Amino acid sequence: MLDVKSRWTPYWQAAPLAAVFFVFFLLPLLVTFVVSFWTYTGYSIDPAFVTDNYATAFDKCFASLPDLCTTFRTYLSTLKFCLLVWMITLTLGFTVAYYLVFEIKSPTTRIVLALLTTIPFWTSNVIRMISWIPLLGRNGLVNQALMGSGLIHEPIDWLLYSSFSVTLSLVHINTVFMIVPILNSMSRIDKSLIEAAYDTGATGWQTIWNVIIPLSKTGIAIGSIFVITVVMGDFISIGLMGGQQIASAGKVIESQINALQFPIAAANAIVLLAIVLVIIWMLLRFVDIRKEL
Amino acid sequence: MSKTTTGGMSRRTLLKGSAITAGFIGTTAVTGFPAVHADEPITLRYLSTATNQSPAIAAKAKEVTGINVEYVTVTTDDVTKRIITQPDSFDLVDSEYASLPNLIPSGNLMGIDAKKVKLVDKLVTAMTQGKVDGKAIGDQGTAPHKVFYLEKQRGKTFAKEQTEWITLIPTTYNADTLGIRPDLIKRPIESWAELLNPEFKGKAAILNIPSIGIMDAAMVNEAMGLVKYGDKGNMTKEEIDKTIATLIEAKKAGQFRAFWTDFNESVNLMASGETVIQSMWSPAVTAVRLKGIPCTFQPLKEGYRAWASGFGLPKTLKGKKLDAAYEFINWFLSGWAGAYLNRQGYYAAVLETAKENMEPYEWAFWMEGKPAEKDIHGPDGGLLEKAGSTRDGGSYNTRMGAVACWNSTMTENAYMVQKWNEFIAA
Repeated sequence: MLDVKSRWTPYWQAAPLAAVFFVFFLLPLLVTFVVSFWTYTGYSIDPAFVTDNYATAFDKCFASLPDLCTTFRTYLSTLKFCLLVWMITLTLGFTVAYYLVFEIKSPTTRIVLALLTTIPFWTSNVIRMISWIPLLGRNGLVNQALMGSGLIHEPIDWLLYSSFSVTLSLVHINTVFMIVPILNSMSRIDKSLIEAAYDTGATGWQTIWNVIIPLSKTGIAIGSIFVITVVMGDFISIGLMGGQQIASAGKVIESQINALQFPIAAANAIVLLAIVLVIIWMLLRFVDIRKEL
Repeated sequence: MSKTTTGGMSRRTLLKGSAITAGFIGTTAVTGFPAVHADEPITLRYLSTATNQSPAIAAKAKEVTGINVEYVTVTTDDVTKRIITQPDSFDLVDSEYASLPNLIPSGNLMGIDAKKVKLVDKLVTAMTQGKVDGKAIGDQGTAPHKVFYLEKQRGKTFAKEQTEWITLIPTTYNADTLGIRPDLIKRPIESWAELLNPEFKGKAAILNIPSIGIMDAAMVNEAMGLVKYGDKGNMTKEEIDKTIATLIEAKKAGQFRAFWTDFNESVNLMASGETVIQSMWSPAVTAVRLKGIPCTFQPLKEGYRAWASGFGLPKTLKGKKLDAAYEFINWFLSGWAGAYLNRQGYYAAVLETAKENMEPYEWAFWMEGKPAEKDIHGPDGGLLEKAGSTRDGGSYNTRMGAVACWNSTMTENAYMVQKWNEFIAA
């Protein structure tokens, strides 16, 4: 009797969350998947089983190689941002976390500084985006300062509405997603291990490379998953900061939904999901999160 | 049209304020109103974009008719989406005529009974017949007069002749063109072709709402003599290909500074000098000017791209709510609201009654294209134009008379959106 109870306990304890996930995540996902095979008109979607939507999503993609089709070009551009933002946020996030854990001695200061890293979240996404214009715009502060100092004579255009500004804003928003999990992993590293490394003659870099990084792997992996999924699905930052001239998978889906083409939008959403899942699967091959937690 | 957040912050704040006020009025005494409403005030859920909503109009309607108007604010695309997917979530909708080719076949709207609309004979001919001052205007695209009547009340097809079932009762309409910064361009601009003039390389913008952007692009292509269209509002695949090809070429050459989808974005681009010529909507031009920055809603020789929106009724509406909806529509056409819209730079559906509610100098400025005798104020009291200035494009007859095409839903819409995405990704 007691055995049975304890065997089932974890299941019913997990049941509420599982139910929420089922209703608000699995079910919609299932519907999206099913609808991606339906047909549509401007005002209706009709149950069917056709693969036309996927064919449209990859229209002329294989025939026109080596030229890239719209879909490939869109994903390539998104992947490029993903990689760039991931590398920068990882470097920044790791450095900030390292500083907070190993250089700051007072726990109070550490907490205050850790909270400061969330400042980018204090304003809404839209305001945050708009506020870049007076800074990076053609007549913005940066250009004015550079022209005032005589370094340039014409305003620099690529500061805003460019790959540069997109990367900048994505890094700005996402770094904190990297800091927090890495901070969490790092603060659980037994300090005596670091001392042991020094005692056995390891240099600072050797300690980081052979002790701290391996022990922060879980945090790095979790942070990477956050950043990669957010950037892959992002279309607001890319839209606003890229002057909407840079395509993103999310924007393509949004235009299709707005044109009431739900099935083809669903097909694109499934493609996007598949790509993100593959990336995460590859990440998890490097780190067994479950083992490390 | 597709105004997402016209008026921006201030209007939104006002909206909140009015919701509170409306709630307050709703809970206090409702004496002095017609007996029908005295027992229980009727609330109409009014679905539309922010452009077509104003707390002042709701407050005035409440005062005169006793009907509570509860605004449901969404974007243009979402108005259409709601009608198709959640037709029970509103009692009255202010939708664009351009969406009707998708809305009517869905069967979610019912025809409005012309007999119950008092001023139905006074509705402007620009809407009902496609004529201004007796002369036919451009009707490419989904011109309102083509989709104005239904065969029967719950019909799914448009009637060619006048019937007693109206799809939408017009609320506002306007003629859109390019906005420019005259202080930065420093020469006259006369043609849509100027949008892709290399002179403005890196300083032009087009709006990224495919159904409207493609029309602006068509005006440009036609002006440049690159494409001859059968109907700009209903392009063939080949015409779409050619139109998009021109855009892609310009984009690759760095012509565009940005694309915009939201009213405020267009204001920011223009006000900050990031762009000097772009697709624009009339209230956005006003918003730039209110910042003290010169901006012109430039009339062009090829004419305007027009849009119109109007009241529709969901098929499920009945009883007291249905009566209230008709009462509200009748009040809306009776002048106060029309004058309010005219003062925003839009046009009212019944001009006679709007005129009665405007000062003669206001009417002369907004509708007759005459220099302002006094300072011109917006409906909220803000100073719009100093005495002596004239409206861009001139009088109603000049502006609406020069309409070349209307916002539309094309037969090849799916293909067009696909090609548009190709342009964005190029």
